[in-house]
Amino acid sequence: MVLILAITIGCLFAGAIYLMLRRSVVKLILGLLLLSHGVNLLIFTMGDGVRRGAPPIVDDAGLPPANVADPLVQALILTAIVISFGIMAFVLALAYRANQAVGSDDLDDMIE
Amino acid sequence: MANHLFLPFIVPIFGAALAVLLGQRRPLARAAVLASVLFNVGYGGWLLWLVISGGRLVAQASGWPAPFGISLVADALGATMLLVAALLMLGTLLYGRASTGPIYDSPFYEPLLLLLLLGVSGAFLTGDLFNLYVWFEVLLMASFGLITLGGTRAQLVGGLKYVVLNLFGSTAFLIGCGLIYGLAGTLNMAHLGERMAALRQPGLSTAIAGLFLFAFGSKAAIAPLFFWLPDSYHTPPPAVTAIFSGLMTKVGVYALYRVFGIVLPGELALIAPLILALAGVTMVVGVIGAMAQMNIRRILSFHIVSQIGYSIMGLGLASAAGLAAGLLFTTHVMIVKAALFFLGGAVEQVAGTGDLKKLGGMARREPALATFWFLGILSLAGIPPMSGFFGKLALLQAGVAQGQLLITGVAAGVSLLTFFSMLKIWNEVFWKKSYEDMSKLPRVPLGLLLPGALLVLLSLAIGVGAGPISALSAQAGAQALDLSGYAQAVCGAGGCEAAVSDLMK
Repeated sequence: MVLILAITIGCLFAGAIYLMLRRSVVKLILGLLLLSHGVNLLIFTMGDGVRRGAPPIVDDAGLPPANVADPLVQALILTAIVISFGIMAFVLALAYRANQAVGSDDLDDMIE
Repeated sequence: MANHLFLPFIVPIFGAALAVLLGQRRPLARAAVLASVLFNVGYGGWLLWLVISGGRLVAQASGWPAPFGISLVADALGATMLLVAALLMLGTLLYGRASTGPIYDSPFYEPLLLLLLLGVSGAFLTGDLFNLYVWFEVLLMASFGLITLGGTRAQLVGGLKYVVLNLFGSTAFLIGCGLIYGLAGTLNMAHLGERMAALRQPGLSTAIAGLFLFAFGSKAAIAPLFFWLPDSYHTPPPAVTAIFSGLMTKVGVYALYRVFGIVLPGELALIAPLILALAGVTMVVGVIGAMAQMNIRRILSFHIVSQIGYSIMGLGLASAAGLAAGLLFTTHVMIVKAALFFLGGAVEQVAGTGDLKKLGGMARREPALATFWFLGILSLAGIPPMSGFFGKLALLQAGVAQGQLLITGVAAGVSLLTFFSMLKIWNEVFWKKSYEDMSKLPRVPLGLLLPGALLVLLSLAIGVGAGPISALSAQAGAQALDLSGYAQAVCGAGGCEAAVSDLMK
C-alpha cells in the first residue's frame, strides 16, 4: 500500500512540475493544484507510523486500541485542503484579471 | 501560563473585522485600525520588557498540556520582532493616511494591513511547526491582497509571479512539516528538537533541513531564489512596498533562525558552510543587480536581497554570537529599509516618477527630506553612529572570531558597494541640477516625511544606545540556540519527552 501511494505521490509531483514549467497560466494553476494534492497524500502516508510507532492513543487499560488511525494527519490534511481551496480561488480570480489586462495566457507576454 | 500572548492576535483580527463593518463610516473604521496597531506597539514593548526581565513566556491553546496542543512561546527573538513589526505597521498606517491615491482610499486597504500584522505576529509567537505554516498562509493571503489591490496591469503581472512563487515555497514548507511529523511523530518545536536530536536519522534529517532551507529561503529571497522580489516589489504603492520590505522577507529569516536554532540544530552545524556560501552570493548578486537599475524603488528592492545575505550570514555562523549579530542586523535593516522606502516614496509621490534620470535638485527643494535620506543611507551602508554600523560590526566580529574570513571580507566589501549604489540615488535625485523646473512641484507634506524621519531617528537611537541593545541581542541569540531551556519553558522542568511519558501513564 505504501508503495502504491509513494508512486502516486511521485506521479502527482512530476505532473505538477511539468505543468508549472509550461508557459500557460492556466497550466501553471493546474500544476499548483496537483502539487497540493500530492502534498496532502504525502502527509496522509506519514500517519502510518512506520518510522516512529503507533499514535499516542491508549484506552482505559493503557493499551493501544485496535484499528485506530493517526487522527493528527487527517486534521493536518483538512487544514491544508481548506487553505489551498481559499488560495486557489484567489489565484484563479487573479489569473482571470491578469488575463483581462494582458490579453494573453502566455507567461512570456506577462512583462511590464 | 501567560494567556495574554493571545492578545496580539485577537486585537488585530477584531480591529480588521470592525474596520470592514464600519467601512462606510471612515473616521470610525480608521480609529479602530489605529487603536489595534497602537495596542500591538504597546503590547510588543511590554512583552519585550517582560521577556528580558523574566525569561520566556508560554501559553497553551485551549489548555491542552504541551506538547499535545499548540504552544505559544515568546522569547527575546520573537518579542523583538513583534515590537519592530508593530512599529513599522504604525509608520505604514500614518504614511498611507498622508498619501493620496485610489488604493489608500479603498475600504479594504487598512483591514488587509491589520491582517498582515496578525499573520506576522502569529508567526513570531508560535511554538508549533504546523501552526507556523498556518500563520505564513495568513500573512501571505493578506500580502496577496495588498500587492494586487488597485488592479493595474503591472500589479496583476507582478502579483501573479509573487503569488505563484510564494505558494511554491509554502508547499515545500508543508512537505517538510509532513516529513518531519512522519519521522518524529510530533509538531511541537520544542518536542521536535528533542526527538530530532535523539533520533539520529542523518539522511532524512538533512533532506528535511534542505526542504526548510528552500521553503524559507524562497520567502526570505536568498540567492538563487530571489528573482520574484525585484519583479514585484516596486509595483504596489510606496506604503505597501515599505511594509513588505520590512516584514515579508524578515519573517522568512525569522523562521530560518527558529527552525534551525531549535528544531534542527544538528543539521545547522552540517549545512552552515552552504548557508554561508548562499549568504555571500546573495549579498553580491543583490548589490550588483541594484547597480543596473535606474528607479528608486527597484534599486531599493535589490538592496533588500543584498541585506538578506547579511541576516543569513548570522545564521550561517551557527553560533549564539552569530545569531545575536544577525538579529541586531535584521532589526536595523527592517527599520532603515522601511524608512528609505517611505522617503523615496515621498519623492516619487511629489515628483510623479521614480526614474532617476527625470529627477533632480531635491536637496535644494526639500532640505529636510534630503537630510533624513542621507542619514538613512549612512545607516544602510554602516557608518557610525547609525545602527547599521553596529549591526555590521557585530557580524564582522563574529565572523572574524570564528575564522570565517572569506565571508567576512565579502560582507565588508559589499558594504562599500551598497554605499556607492545609495550615493547614486543621492546624486541623481537630490544633488544634481534638475532638467525640469522643480519649483512647480508640490511640497512634500509633513505626513509623508514624518514616518521615514522617525524611523531614521530610531536607527540613530539604536546606534547611540548600541551597548544595551547588543546586550539584548546577545541574550536573544543565546536563547535562540538553547533547546533545553526552550523545552523546559514549554513542557515543564523535565523537558517534553518526560512530559509525554508522564501523561501516558
